[in-house]
This record gives sequence, C-alpha cells and structure tokens, in this order.
Amino acid sequence: MEHAHTLQLYGTASVRYNVEAMTRSDVQLMLDVKAGDEASFNLLLQKYRTPLVNFLYRMVRNRGTAEDLAQEVFLRVYRARKQYSPSAKFTTWLFRIATNLALNSLRDNRYRQMDVSIDTPVEEDVAPLQLPSRELRVDEKMIERDRSEFIRRAIATLPEKQRVAVLLHKYEEMDYGEIAKILECSESALKSLLFRAYETLRVQLAPLVSESVANRAREGRP
Amino acid sequence: MKTCEDISKQLIAYLDRRANSAERHEVEEHLAACTTCHERAEDFRKLWGVLDEVPLVEPSLGFDARIRARIAEEPRRGWLGWLVPQPRLAFAMTLLLALSVWMANLPREGSVAGSEQQDFEAIKDLGVLENYDVLSKFDALSEVPVDAAPADQQAQPVNPASDQQPATEE
Repeated sequence: MEHAHTLQLYGTASVRYNVEAMTRSDVQLMLDVKAGDEASFNLLLQKYRTPLVNFLYRMVRNRGTAEDLAQEVFLRVYRARKQYSPSAKFTTWLFRIATNLALNSLRDNRYRQMDVSIDTPVEEDVAPLQLPSRELRVDEKMIERDRSEFIRRAIATLPEKQRVAVLLHKYEEMDYGEIAKILECSESALKSLLFRAYETLRVQLAPLVSESVANRAREGRP
Repeated sequence: MKTCEDISKQLIAYLDRRANSAERHEVEEHLAACTTCHERAEDFRKLWGVLDEVPLVEPSLGFDARIRARIAEEPRRGWLGWLVPQPRLAFAMTLLLALSVWMANLPREGSVAGSEQQDFEAIKDLGVLENYDVLSKFDALSEVPVDAAPADQQAQPVNPASDQQPATEE
C-alpha cells in the first residue's frame, strides 16, 4: 500500500530507496557510506530530510533557515563519514548535530538582532503571537492553518532545551535515553524538563485543549 | 503514597506507556486520590492530540539537488591527494617561510654590540674636544713631535713621569 503510494508520487527510484532504507539499519547504511558507498548516503538523505527539516523549522521558526540548517547537518554527516563509529544510534548523532546547529543559529540571530536594534522583532515567517487568555473562547471558525500556527508559536515560546525535548519526544518519538544523550542530561532531569514543558503548553494551549473536550462531548465521545 | 512532585517526574512516562509496572501502579494510585494530578493527566493526553494537528512541511523540491551539489564540491583526495597541500597548510607554510626570512634579516646581537662600541669611540673624547681653549693652551702638546710620538710610544713603554718632566722644568 505504502509502496504503491510512493510509486504514484515519486516514481520507481523512490520505491527502491524506501524498500532498501527499511531493510538496512541506519548504522549499516552509515558504515556503507564510510566505505565509500554514495548511494547509502542518498538513502539516509531520503529517510531523514523531512523529519530534520520539520524539527529545525519548529526550532528556528523560519523555513528557509530550517532548510539551510538541514543541508548543513547532512553535509557534516558526510564530512564525518570516515570517522564514524557506531557507538550510538544514528538518529542520536544526527539530531545532536541538528540541535547544536539550531541552538547556535538562534543565538547568532539573537545577537544580530541586538546589533541592529533591541526593538526589532525576531525574523520569523509570521506575525507576532497573540496568545488568547484562558477564559477567551477560541473562535470555532478558526481555520486549520491558524490553529497549526497557534500551536507552533506556543512551542516556540518554550525555553530552548524544553523545546528540543518536546520536539524529540512528541514528534520524533525518541526514547528518553536517546533524548537525554542529545541534551546531555540525565533521564531523570529530562522527565522533569518534559513535565515542565507540557505543563507550560497546557496553559498556553488551554483554549484548544478545552475545545477538544467540548467537541468530544458534543460528539458523544468520552 | 507519593507526593504530586514525585508523580510529576513519572507522569509523562506513564502517559506515553513507557513506565514500568511498578511506576505505573504508583502513578495510578496517586491519580485515583489526587484530583489536580488526575485533571492534569487528562489535559496532557488532550494536549498531545492538539500537538498532532501540526502538519508536516515538505522540504523544497531542490533540496536533494542542492545537497548533492554541495557534496560534489567537497574535495576528494586519493592517495596522491596527500601530496597536494591543503590551502590552510600551504598558507601556514608560506607564513612560516616569510617569518623566517624576516627574522634572518634582523640585525644580529654581535653587530649591535659592534655598533655600540663604535658609537662609544666616537663620543668618548667629545667633552675634551668641545673645550677647545684647554687644548689650544696646553703647551706640553706643542713639544710633542707630531710624527715621532706614535713611534716612541711603540718603541718604549710609557712612562708618565718622564713625559711630564720637561714641562715642569720650563
């Protein structure tokens, strides 16, 4: 089913890539890249470009910057291929590079903004976020794009480390050990970090959370 | 029973089903007794549903082509490549060479001492030469033969007493 869908969208070459990518582990692919197999690098690129671009977009809030950073991540992986040793999961390594680049980019951007003017708003794809108060009922006619933007902006207001933790936990579904390695903290500290992050989001997104409850009640669902 | 703070560290793992059975039992026991934590747990579940609403963005069409082009620009070095100096290394070597040439052209310490000696010789009698009256009225000098003096000094050891005697007798 998935193969047929891919065939329809991207053609036979992509089908071959997806099947190969599923049958060989990331570590094996990377070891093949180390041995000089460029096709294995293309498989890793196909597999991780979308998750990486999305992770970086949610981090830096600018699509062009996110793509540039994702390119830089892949380039660094390629440059480091000769030194690669499978001591950790490939995704831990990949997202650690991505996290460091994203945090550096955010800090560089912040310093650049301070150089220009402390009043200049941060360069983002959209207008500044206007969070509704908890009491304010969210407009039911709010279109999906606005809802998504509202959620993205709420995530963007989290402190950097909490943001990384939420993105890797919720969207990349990484286990605690892997996220803790990327953030260089203990698993216990990570669990506290995640709790604080979700607690902040619960407050920020309260109108949407309560709306989902109302919808469920209206639809007769528990 | 555990406190709300204790449970806060276990709640996320409980909700995403990664907690072990002992942790799960502790959390369930607490949630059954604590309305605040129970509501929070329910809200977290709903929140995760809300977070899922964010759609994925697709990389731009030229993404793969751009990365492949950048990789193609990367230097490829075979075993012969090691003989070709890298730009940074070449720059460092040039800098080192230029520094060596510059240091070689600096005046040496011995030559500095020599020039100092010459300077000293030039100025050591300056006080006497400047006092021209002393030299012009020094009668003893008029009796010293101009050509013989250096030859006498070379033939005999210097005797200050005999040198001064004729002047005293006058």
